[in-house]
Amino acid sequence: MSTASYYVPPQSRWPILASIALFLLAFGAGNLMNALSAGASTGTGWLLLLLGLGMLLAILFGWFRNVVHESMSGMYSEQMDRSFRWGMSWFIFSEVMFFAAFFGTLFYVRNLAVPWLGGEGEKGVSNMLWEGFQAQWPLMTTPDMERFPGPEQIISPWHLPLLNTVLLISSSFTVTIAHKALKLGNRSNIVLWLAVTVLLGASFLVFQAYEYYEAYHHLGLTLHAGIYGATFFILTGFHGMHVTLGTLMLIIIWLRVLKGHFSAEQHFGFEAVAWYWHFVDVVWVGLFLFVYIL
Amino acid sequence: MESTLGQNLGDTHHAHGPASGIGRWLFTTNHKDIGSLYLWFSLLMFLTGGTMALLIRAELFQPGLQLVQPEFFNQMTTMHGLIMVFGAVMPAFVGLANWMVPMMIGAPDMALPRMNNWSFWILPFAFAMMISTLFMDGGAPNFGWTFYAPLSTTYAPPSVTFFIFAIHMMGISSIMGAINVIATILNLRAPGMTMMKLPLFVWSWLITAFLLIAVMPVLAGVVTMMLMDIHFGTSFFNAAGGGDPVLFQHVFWFFGHPEVYIMILPAFGIISEIIPTFARKRLFGYASMVYAIGSIAILSFLVWAHHMFTVGLPLAGELFFMFATMLIAVPTGVKVFNWVATMFRGSMTFETPMLFALAFVVLFTIGGFSGLMLAIAPADFQYHDTYFVVAHFHYVLVPGAIFSIMAAAYYWLPKWTGHMINERMGKIHFWLSFVGVNITFFPMHFVGLAGMPRRIPDYALQFADFNSVASVGAFIFGLSQLLFVYNVIVCIRGGARATDRVWEGAHGLEWTLPSPAPYHSFSQPPVVK
Ligand SMILES: [Cu+2]
Repeated sequence: MSTASYYVPPQSRWPILASIALFLLAFGAGNLMNALSAGASTGTGWLLLLLGLGMLLAILFGWFRNVVHESMSGMYSEQMDRSFRWGMSWFIFSEVMFFAAFFGTLFYVRNLAVPWLGGEGEKGVSNMLWEGFQAQWPLMTTPDMERFPGPEQIISPWHLPLLNTVLLISSSFTVTIAHKALKLGNRSNIVLWLAVTVLLGASFLVFQAYEYYEAYHHLGLTLHAGIYGATFFILTGFHGMHVTLGTLMLIIIWLRVLKGHFSAEQHFGFEAVAWYWHFVDVVWVGLFLFVYIL
Repeated sequence: MESTLGQNLGDTHHAHGPASGIGRWLFTTNHKDIGSLYLWFSLLMFLTGGTMALLIRAELFQPGLQLVQPEFFNQMTTMHGLIMVFGAVMPAFVGLANWMVPMMIGAPDMALPRMNNWSFWILPFAFAMMISTLFMDGGAPNFGWTFYAPLSTTYAPPSVTFFIFAIHMMGISSIMGAINVIATILNLRAPGMTMMKLPLFVWSWLITAFLLIAVMPVLAGVVTMMLMDIHFGTSFFNAAGGGDPVLFQHVFWFFGHPEVYIMILPAFGIISEIIPTFARKRLFGYASMVYAIGSIAILSFLVWAHHMFTVGLPLAGELFFMFATMLIAVPTGVKVFNWVATMFRGSMTFETPMLFALAFVVLFTIGGFSGLMLAIAPADFQYHDTYFVVAHFHYVLVPGAIFSIMAAAYYWLPKWTGHMINERMGKIHFWLSFVGVNITFFPMHFVGLAGMPRRIPDYALQFADFNSVASVGAFIFGLSQLLFVYNVIVCIRGGARATDRVWEGAHGLEWTLPSPAPYHSFSQPPVVK
């Protein structure tokens, strides 16, 4: 005869503090970028940015810790669990749409804008802007090579990217094995396979960092290298950030397993991270196909 | 730090009343408190954006430059649009959803109450940042609320960086708010409240939330590409590097068109609640209303380039987007037909909420028809970027979205406060608004068709008469909104006691609760038969 099935949390200080942190982070980032572009001093920008970031991380840590404690002390009903599931699913959907914007950009410039600029098709008149410009993909010679010197070389899909594909796809399997072990209650196996997943994710990041280094120092493939470099870095860059976040989440889950959290029946935190990891993996397959191979 | 912050550990039972002091509002997890915060914030932004509109109309009262410089005029049109869209209309609907959705589906609160608080409190900071650009070197963003590249990249003032981050914050807030609404509706319905029994306001918000989650990330994507072009040397929107400024418009309007439905679908829901109450009849064609909202939402993803007919699209594109856009008139027509059919042979009374709802049906339809005219690609070459477009979208947003918000406020205020509204004052507010809105925006159709371009501080002499009429109307409309503020405050402070049902013909779970509604809506899930 009470709100037994509902858990309405009491007042919380986390959200308002998180808003302040987010504001500092955003204001600092804006300040920093403007200072960098204007060649002014970047002190204030860095200060606000790092202050906001540190605050935000501390707050998220505390906030999630509260949630974990509430969950561990059995305050959450099945219904609450479903709310979290819906929340995480829709969050991942929003991430899908974020990447969709960049994939859409890639398809548009590749299939429409660059060919038109080269004089093809119905809107080929835009070739008058840079007469003699040849449409090609990857776009090695940009219309204005002075301002946007195109890349000298692009990254071959069959070396590092292929290796990275193998790494990420196997990490999707290992996280599933860990999940199976969790359902069977086999703790040592969960710890092992989660650790393997983290290592696979981390090595992906190391290889990607190396790839970026190569691109910048040996291939002339940079953010300034025209639309090919722009789409390449925005897609792989945001994906890399998501892998970083996913790896951090996996590490936290791994630590929680070590502390004895999660049961065979109740382990939504684990599943949410696993979902996120699969999502990151699927995005990579799209990247490998459309950015590197085709 | 931890000892003060971790206070809520192990505190399993929650208080039954609100906390006292400012802490109630800062730390709240209550859907009614958060709803009120959203609504007050929205009102504040409405008055801020409205003041900017009045400044614009004052400048346009006669040709020539009177009050402001063109640079500042551009900042005003930009900020007016951004504040009204992201600060006034959207938060008002989120506030209404916060207040009403849990009560309408028999839930105790929203599904994720702490995140709910965060969704709100991001907004004041985001708008503080955006409005602060007015005081920065080079002035505020001046490229229009649609911020087309390269105006917003190559030729933008430095404050554009802060504008971009403000948009990011608003996007985070909207996405979290939308996730909360969806989780609440899908998961917290009382036993027996099946999907096809949901009140239409709830249905409209479910679909709106889906649209928000689908397109706010795309907006984040497009502003991120701007940021990269401005500060990191990329060439997304620069043809010199192989990019395309038109790409900006495609991505922006892929967000932008669903965005206009985000601002009108909840309005459809509100009107579908109010008309049956005051016609004392069940809503005509409930299922078709649900399907109509669904089809409008799906179509909204396929029509974005109707904003770009004159930018140089291939012929096949012009035709596709023209016909897809016209298709939207079908489900919209279904809705208007159903509202009229609900009223047909009903025992109608005309209290303030109903007056606003009726005005909505008539005036929104005018905006819909001018939209249909704009959808005709060959005709759009004449109308594009003229005051005809301004007339069109203000008809759907002011006597459309804003009137529905006013209607909702008058309709549910007795439930919120426990006091009836002052009908006489409400009616005065309605008639002044109704007259003001039409005097303001109807003449814009004429000057637009005659060729007056939008977003200019000065204009040719032949447009002078209609512009001065519009300016007079704008001041009538703008000042009469102070009456709305007055009415709300009076209703909060006192007035005739409202019954639980409030309106004789009202149906739905929210009317089974006492007025004012208790702090925690349903302590036990009601059973819906
Ligand atoms: Cu549109």
